[in-house]
Amino acid sequence: MTDWSPIFISMKTASLSILITFFVGLIVAWALVKMKNDTAKIILDGIFTLPLVLPPTVVGFFLLWIFGVRGPIGSFFIEFFAYKIAFSWPATVIAAVVMSFPLMYRSARGAFEQVDSNLLDAGRTLGMSEWNIFWKVSFANALPGILSGGILAYARGLGEFGATAMLAGNIAGQTRTLPMAVYSEVAAGNMGEAFNYVIVIVFIAFIVIFIMDYVTLRKEKQWRHD
Amino acid sequence: MSNKMLKVNIQKELKEFDLDVDFELKKGRLGILGPSGCGKSMTLKSIAGIVNPDSGVISLTADDETVYFDSNKKINLKPQKRNVGYLFQNYALFPNMTVEENIGIGVEKENREKTVPEMIRRFHLEGLEKRYPRQLSGGQQQRVALARIMAYGPDVILLDEPFSAMDTFLKEQLRLELLNSLKGFKGFSIMVTHDRDEAFQFCDELIVLDNGKIIAKGETYEVFENPKKVQVARLTGCKNISKVEIIDDHHVRSLDWGLEFEVSKEITPNITHIGIRAHDFAFCQQDDVNVINTINSTIIEMPFEWEITLANGLWWKYDKQIHEHEFKIPKYLKVDPKNIILLEE
Repeated sequence: MTDWSPIFISMKTASLSILITFFVGLIVAWALVKMKNDTAKIILDGIFTLPLVLPPTVVGFFLLWIFGVRGPIGSFFIEFFAYKIAFSWPATVIAAVVMSFPLMYRSARGAFEQVDSNLLDAGRTLGMSEWNIFWKVSFANALPGILSGGILAYARGLGEFGATAMLAGNIAGQTRTLPMAVYSEVAAGNMGEAFNYVIVIVFIAFIVIFIMDYVTLRKEKQWRHD
Repeated sequence: MSNKMLKVNIQKELKEFDLDVDFELKKGRLGILGPSGCGKSMTLKSIAGIVNPDSGVISLTADDETVYFDSNKKINLKPQKRNVGYLFQNYALFPNMTVEENIGIGVEKENREKTVPEMIRRFHLEGLEKRYPRQLSGGQQQRVALARIMAYGPDVILLDEPFSAMDTFLKEQLRLELLNSLKGFKGFSIMVTHDRDEAFQFCDELIVLDNGKIIAKGETYEVFENPKKVQVARLTGCKNISKVEIIDDHHVRSLDWGLEFEVSKEITPNITHIGIRAHDFAFCQQDDVNVINTINSTIIEMPFEWEITLANGLWWKYDKQIHEHEFKIPKYLKVDPKNIILLEE
């Protein structure tokens, strides 16, 4: 009998992490676009992009170093909330957020930078508030790029393996996500079980990408072509 | 109308030069003419509040005075509070909004239902309400951009080279449309351009800007007729400009063309150049005043004029009909002494 808990854990992890990644990524991207100091911009961009370039296990190593029982944040949580982050379910979310963040942030930033700055100035001279300009002009026109960043980030979060293994481990029913389950089953020689998981993950991935692509394409078509 | 005034006096340090512009506008339409990168757009953007000058004052007096910017009093009104309409070179229509939504964006919600259809009618955009900007022609886009500005009800309209990226045919048509649309506008409008025809057609008053400084200011006709400075003459389309040596009060020798000219106006010592407009040559006999020999000229045929380059480099333009294809260059040409423009560097 296949244990379906990895599917629920993965869905929960991927959904919560994309929620966090999406909004934080959006805010960070916007802040960096607005930033005037070029040196700070380059340094911050480097830090935010690093998880994309580093091997996942190296990111996991850093995360363990920060969130582990002796790490600054990990020890803080143990002391004040008596909560151990490492090897708990939230750890899978942390790993997924950190690993998927660069994709969201970079896509959103690129999309914001593509928006003609005259549009923002036009909004200002027409009396629009900065809040309205952000949502109705910057965000709305960057939306296709932002959504495709979201798709990539979601897919990355769903498939996260290396950093998750390092920080959250592979505890059945708790931190065993789909990719973990596939690995565990194969390692145990249960190819049939692994295949079930593979089918599910391919199906979910395809559905998500199809839905988001469809939305993006439709929106884009509406204003870009006749 | 009588006590209205727009005062602009701004300084700003730029990479290539320092911008230093000072003018007052009391009525109607002002043109700012200058080569690209002379600080025209920067001036316009400062008035709109998109760019901040280093120092100076910008204020609008309608019924009472509104100070947009004052570096001494540390006043810098946000663009949102200036009530200035800005027509961008690329129109800056919001691509994600329909024509209706674009026009309504600057209007208070409760007035949209009334104002938007009114503007749609006034700018002949009926039937295009639900279209997106990409689905419109250049002319329609310009009308939407103007409708959007008019719906907002600005005190000042700023036009930033509205025709620079257009082919000749569309340009001439849109100029006329723009002129008509602005006729009913009671506030000030300022147009920035590098095109003398646009400036001439559109503006009551003209400022010529070069390297961030005002080099001519006055009624448009006056600036064109009497440019006074070499750079102004060039920008107002004077084709022939030469350095000169003064012979006496009414005679100069051109150093570039190797000719001597009689001039009606009295020549003052500050005169360094003369200008002759390409249309100001006339047929004549050998013994006339200011005679030029046309030997070894080259001729180019244009649809409505002949362009003749004389051996010494002078340009002469002579009107023709579209069906004429032959022209015999006269042996001698003259320039009326009153058509010689005296210029200083």
